Amino acid sequence: MAINWFKYSSPASFYSLAGKLIPIFSIAALILFAVGLYISFFVAPTDFQQSEAYRIIFIHVPAAWMSMFLYLIMAGWAAIGLAFNTRLSSMIATAIAPTGAMFTFLALWTGALWGKPMWGAWWVWDARLTSELILLFLYIGFMALQAAIDDPRRADKAGAILALVGVINIPIIYFSVKWWNTLHQGATVSLTESPKMASTMLMGMLIMSIACWMYSIALVLIRTRTIVLERERHTVWVSELHKGTT
Amino acid sequence: MFLWVIQRDLLLAMRQRSDVLTTLFFFIIVVSLFPLGVGPEMNMLRSMAPGVVWVAALLASMLSLERMFSSDYLDGTLEQMMLSPQPLILLVLGKALAHWMVTGVPLVLISPILGFQFDLQTDALLVLALSLLLGTPVLSLIGAIGAALTLGLRGGGVLVSLLVLPLYIPVLIFGAGAVEAVSAGLGASAHLSLLGAFLLLSLVLAPWATAAALRISTE
Repeated sequence: MAINWFKYSSPASFYSLAGKLIPIFSIAALILFAVGLYISFFVAPTDFQQSEAYRIIFIHVPAAWMSMFLYLIMAGWAAIGLAFNTRLSSMIATAIAPTGAMFTFLALWTGALWGKPMWGAWWVWDARLTSELILLFLYIGFMALQAAIDDPRRADKAGAILALVGVINIPIIYFSVKWWNTLHQGATVSLTESPKMASTMLMGMLIMSIACWMYSIALVLIRTRTIVLERERHTVWVSELHKGTT
Repeated sequence: MFLWVIQRDLLLAMRQRSDVLTTLFFFIIVVSLFPLGVGPEMNMLRSMAPGVVWVAALLASMLSLERMFSSDYLDGTLEQMMLSPQPLILLVLGKALAHWMVTGVPLVLISPILGFQFDLQTDALLVLALSLLLGTPVLSLIGAIGAALTLGLRGGGVLVSLLVLPLYIPVLIFGAGAVEAVSAGLGASAHLSLLGAFLLLSLVLAPWATAAALRISTE
């Protein structure tokens, strides 16, 4: 039996698949958010140095992780759309950008709210904060460029180039705490070493990260469906869909 | 072809000398605005000087980016150049270097004089000019990517700024940082080395991205 790997690269089949997947990811996100927030408020112990204010870590770190991860995924899909000239890949990349920008903004904002009690400053111009701010500008630039170009295929490809040029910022954000003497703390969680934080805190953070991930997937699927409808509005399957619902 | 492109762009720029001089005077005026805005206290101006001069260089370089491809695009010359058998990367490199010679080099030459206005010491002035010498080509090369992506679009210079300024920020940080390091008595060699690294990296990669962007924009 031959598997058709490209079955869902058609906007029409992707549309129905996404429609079936959205409830799964939304419910997963809701459950994981509930569990994660419960852990972060009631289960995780009071921190020795930072007392209760440290609990913002359970939003700040997942948001920051998602902001970087989503950019890489966006650039990846955009690259696939550019290389293989597929419409759907670029539509997914366009759909990811607003969610990525939101997480970047959330990371910066929660970081500022955390920094004020801890460091005494809402904002410092250290390497990690500055590169995260640049990431926000890169997301906004990507959305602005695609909005300014009328032809959707040209918009897709131009956005892809911009996203790929900006990818170099992600390693800079990640390694900034290692390369520079920054105010932002270094990596407590790494793939190669044991974590330097209490296991309940780590569990809470990981659950919140997965919750954000489920949320992102659900939202990107919803947004991609909207983009598909918008771009494919002249096709037969969309008009059939429209006739079916009205 | 590479030298021909540079020669042609320089010739066109010399015919429209006002464009070149406008950029230069914009740079001078912006740098002169800051002391008027923040007050004449010399210590503050001396500490602000590297950042102010560098930001003005960024803005001046960015404002003149549109000129790189748009006039050739509008009269069809760009398409003819893209159809030629020579690699598009060479063409782009030539245009970016011509842009640098027309906008970047005057900035480098006039920066010591502007540094005097801010009471910078001689060694700081030298590093200022050197950092601009290393940094302005990077600005032209990265700016070429932005100019190619936004070719023929409405939204004009503001859109290019939004795209290109985030990519300029590392150059700004290390360029201004070099002068601050020298003023503080530490060496600027680390900052200048990084600027040199940016220059080499953008010399290799930026023309490639710009060529891809040009092909997309002129479809």
